[in-house]
Amino acid sequence: MSAPTPRVVIVDDHGLFRSGVRSELARHVDVVGEAANVEEAVACIDDLRPDVVLIDVHMPDGGGLEVIRRAAHEQDSVRFLALSVSDAAEDVIAMIRAGARGYVTKTISGPDLAEAVERVRDGDAVFSPRLAGFVLDAFAGEPPPEGADVELDQLTAREREVLQHIARGYMYKEVAQRLGISAKTVEAHVSAVLRKLQLSSRHELSRWAMERRLVDPE
Amino acid sequence: MIGAMAVLADAAPAEDMRRIRRDPEAGMIAGVCAGIAGRAGIDPIIIRLAFVAAALFSGAGLIAYALAWIFIPARQGGTVAARLRPARGNIEAVLGIGLLVLSAALLLRAAGWWVSDAVVWPAIAAAIGGALVWRQFVGPAGAAAPAEAPRGPVQAETRVEPLPGARRLSVAGVGVALVLGAALVFLWANGALDAAGDAVLATVVVVVALGLILAPVWWRLGRNLAAERAERIRSQERAELGAHLHDSVLQTLALMQRRADDPREVAALARRQERELRAWLLDRPPARAGESLAGALEAAAAKVEESHGGGIEVVTVGDCALDDRAEAVLAAAREAILNAAKFAGDAGPIDVFAEVTPQRIEVFVRDRGPGFDPGSLPDDRQGVRESIVGRMERQGGRTEIRTGADGGTEVELSLERGAS
Repeated sequence: MSAPTPRVVIVDDHGLFRSGVRSELARHVDVVGEAANVEEAVACIDDLRPDVVLIDVHMPDGGGLEVIRRAAHEQDSVRFLALSVSDAAEDVIAMIRAGARGYVTKTISGPDLAEAVERVRDGDAVFSPRLAGFVLDAFAGEPPPEGADVELDQLTAREREVLQHIARGYMYKEVAQRLGISAKTVEAHVSAVLRKLQLSSRHELSRWAMERRLVDPE
Repeated sequence: MIGAMAVLADAAPAEDMRRIRRDPEAGMIAGVCAGIAGRAGIDPIIIRLAFVAAALFSGAGLIAYALAWIFIPARQGGTVAARLRPARGNIEAVLGIGLLVLSAALLLRAAGWWVSDAVVWPAIAAAIGGALVWRQFVGPAGAAAPAEAPRGPVQAETRVEPLPGARRLSVAGVGVALVLGAALVFLWANGALDAAGDAVLATVVVVVALGLILAPVWWRLGRNLAAERAERIRSQERAELGAHLHDSVLQTLALMQRRADDPREVAALARRQERELRAWLLDRPPARAGESLAGALEAAAAKVEESHGGGIEVVTVGDCALDDRAEAVLAAAREAILNAAKFAGDAGPIDVFAEVTPQRIEVFVRDRGPGFDPGSLPDDRQGVRESIVGRMERQGGRTEIRTGADGGTEVELSLERGAS
């Protein structure tokens, strides 16, 4: 990692959690700011222009979604990594579709989180096993009927394979090793999946996320 | 009236009043006769004839019927349609009965079986008013308090939806007015008021004034009752939430403080509590574990985690019913998870990934342990292998065990669906 240390802003309404993350990341990244609510976060991001914003999903006044909506469009260089205790599909998918580059749960270890921050800073996507599972589930089944953008609405065989390996708990490097491709290629696949997830008009996607919570699959 | 009460009492002794239920679906009018006959175990036609015969004696049967209708509750558990019959139907029925009583009264009057206008008309008005008042406050189930919607006791008559408090009171008010009016008319018609004209006027004025004063209080009372009920529901919810948190989260936190010297145990406790809380928040019934492969797999992993510690992350894509074949995969997967937790649980998290497609079921169990050579397994672990590999083979499935270059073992189970 020859690149400079990433500059990070932590947005979370729990002070205890913020300081925990800050101390865990201290050796790996440069935590330049903290924010406890949406207003603070937007001001802080505008002001400090960090590389990566670690953002909590559930906060008062609209939560992480609101922060991304208000802060992301002006500053393309700022990237968001969602960090949450929630593993509900609708939260995960909503954050990704709003523009987050990845989603990790709060139980992630310090070094893993530092690595994820760097990866997001470099423009790559960060998929946890659970997120990979969600995506596979969301894109499963028959391709949508004509009229839809097939490119965006389906995963390629290779992308599926990569996601399956991530869901099985392999790190990107290990996935590359197992599939006999370079780590960069794995990252490219994951980024492609992220783009599809964000741009796909596949109408089932949002509904799927909602329904997964309401109705148990048969 | 006395005759009417006697008939009513004969037909339905006070002790049995509670148990007789009108049967509106089987009845001709309101099911009174059908209900009584059903209770007595005889043909309804006998009861009907008895009522008709009683009706011929100065309309006693009609009044008895009306009273029975009012006081005998309808049989519960009637069809939904019957219970939801619109109120208009009730009004029509009441109107019909009223006209019947009226015509019977006129008939009797014309026939000369008549006491006196000054007695009968006020008596009828008082009977109606009294019935209205009694209906509101002395429900068949003794429901004097406002009914608890929507599971309130089924009221007499086909109306099941209990009246809201305010309407209840206004209906009762009409009843009170009828009874008082009837009493006044009776007194006036019998000349009893001549002597006390001024006193009556004064009384009326005072009553009206009191009514004006008390009406808003009454109205407020109704509103307060509704607010009180909402508050009670809210506090019940709070109590339930509090009880749950107390039983689960607080207990676990206390336990964790006592075990603070054992990080593994603390982590396991935290994981278990987290899982429980998530399931509770998502309102996910634990019964799901017995029905679907994904649910059962999650439950199995949770169980292993509880007994052996370590973090087991289960990710599932798709799902299927837990038939014999899925059951075999589940048993094999459970064994693999158990092995991973036993021999590699300390080395890092264990990932379980299951994907169910219409074509096949695949389960991957991956640990971060030192790995082992499947060919060099000691005999005592051969049995364990049997319960994974053998089980899968018997169902026509496949097992692959891989160890990575830098450690970590992955057990892959796959089973074609549809094939046998």
